[in-house]
Amino acid sequence: MKIICRCQDVTEEEIIAALRQGATTIDEIRRLVRAGMGSCQGRTCRRLVSQIISRELKTPGSEIYPPTFRPPNRPVSFSLINAELDGHNDNEDDGGKK
Amino acid sequence: MKTRFDAIIIGGGILGVSTAYELAKAGMKNVCVLEKHYLASGSTGRCGGGFRQQWSTEANTRLAMDSVARLESIEEELGYKTEFFQGGYLILAHTEEEEKQFAANVEMQRRLGLNVEIVDPEEAGKIVPFLNKDLIRKATWCPKDGHINPFLLTQAYANAARRLGAEIHLWTNVTGIMKKSNTFFIMTENGDNYETPLLFNCAGGYSRTIGDMLNVEIPVDPYRHEILVTEPVERLWDPMVISFSVGLYARQEMSGGVVMGMGDPNEPVGTYVGSSMHFMYEMSKRFTKLFPKLDKLRIVRQWAGLYEMTADAQPILGPIDQIDSFIQACGFSGHGLMLAPAVSQLLAEMTVHGKSSEVIDSLNVKRLYELKDVVKEKSVV
Repeated sequence: MKIICRCQDVTEEEIIAALRQGATTIDEIRRLVRAGMGSCQGRTCRRLVSQIISRELKTPGSEIYPPTFRPPNRPVSFSLINAELDGHNDNEDDGGKK
Repeated sequence: MKTRFDAIIIGGGILGVSTAYELAKAGMKNVCVLEKHYLASGSTGRCGGGFRQQWSTEANTRLAMDSVARLESIEEELGYKTEFFQGGYLILAHTEEEEKQFAANVEMQRRLGLNVEIVDPEEAGKIVPFLNKDLIRKATWCPKDGHINPFLLTQAYANAARRLGAEIHLWTNVTGIMKKSNTFFIMTENGDNYETPLLFNCAGGYSRTIGDMLNVEIPVDPYRHEILVTEPVERLWDPMVISFSVGLYARQEMSGGVVMGMGDPNEPVGTYVGSSMHFMYEMSKRFTKLFPKLDKLRIVRQWAGLYEMTADAQPILGPIDQIDSFIQACGFSGHGLMLAPAVSQLLAEMTVHGKSSEVIDSLNVKRLYELKDVVKEKSVV
């Protein structure tokens, strides 16, 4: 058993099962089995998922429909956003940088 | 590739695939869904995932009650796990006006047989921990409302429809439609031309565009609606929480993230679905006002989808006078996922067995042309 998405514990088998249901894109895999939905937003597994699609569907990687990238770039807390709105930024939360 | 069908459905969202399934189940052999991207790539896959029966109009309440009854056995019927979960809906009243409106809603809902009650702030705080009780006067509570995973429900219907012989053509963008005698000729970007005597408009935010292709006005206007999700945390609460005054809804997904969204009255009509900083700021302010103790939750992702609005925030259903056999299932005004299970079944019974339905008749597009006897749905975030 190979774990492909570490944030959401998604295995290679689950991804292949999603492809058998007709998925052909990284976004569809993400929606069906949650690979890339976790805290890192697919930074680690995006390329692996793409390779699995390419291998299973016999499509060159360049022809796989590109995934959507969504903000924010890194997890950010409500308190940090509110602090910025209030005009000061001395909140202890570092927005996940540490 | 087959291009002639007994029925063609435009739109591979929840309405399109559930209609395909119900038509096939009712005995229609040759059904095809045309979807311009992939399944649930439009509003369905971007929605909050809730289903509720607490509405201000009778038509919506009836449809929603039928839908929930249907959802209760849908996993078994379709043979697919959907994360269906009846965690309830808690709707917050902050003002005297809301208290009055909700009392009237509850009276109507109970008359229709819905198990719903009015609770005080203390009780509401028990149902949804971390809630700032000082902000609310009363709340309405229906334990049989809940939420479901929109991607999985769409896939469940699609797989079942395919098993019954229906086809789903993805990456097939409809660019033009012509009707000659009794046949619709449908042109697509890929260059394939389809033919059918029966056409369904399930195009969500693009329903007006589909109508335009046949020179008929489908009065549905798309508005961007933004939403975000936090990183997964321990179980906080089960229900969907709605506040019309603060202007937000929030629920915790089965996977632990808290999903929340809001309506913005300044949003212009259009199909733009990019994300904004403004939303992140505003959502953050509103959420922490209602849940001050949860301000350390971290946002992992934000996105947007389209609310396909009608003038009375109720869907457009059934045939239209101008063109025979052009059936509408659109204009759900942000509530397609939760109404689809009942609507698709009614539409299939109507088109295959000729069975008429009071609710479908009452939601004919005509009401919006004349703007007569129109009662606006008030319970919309």
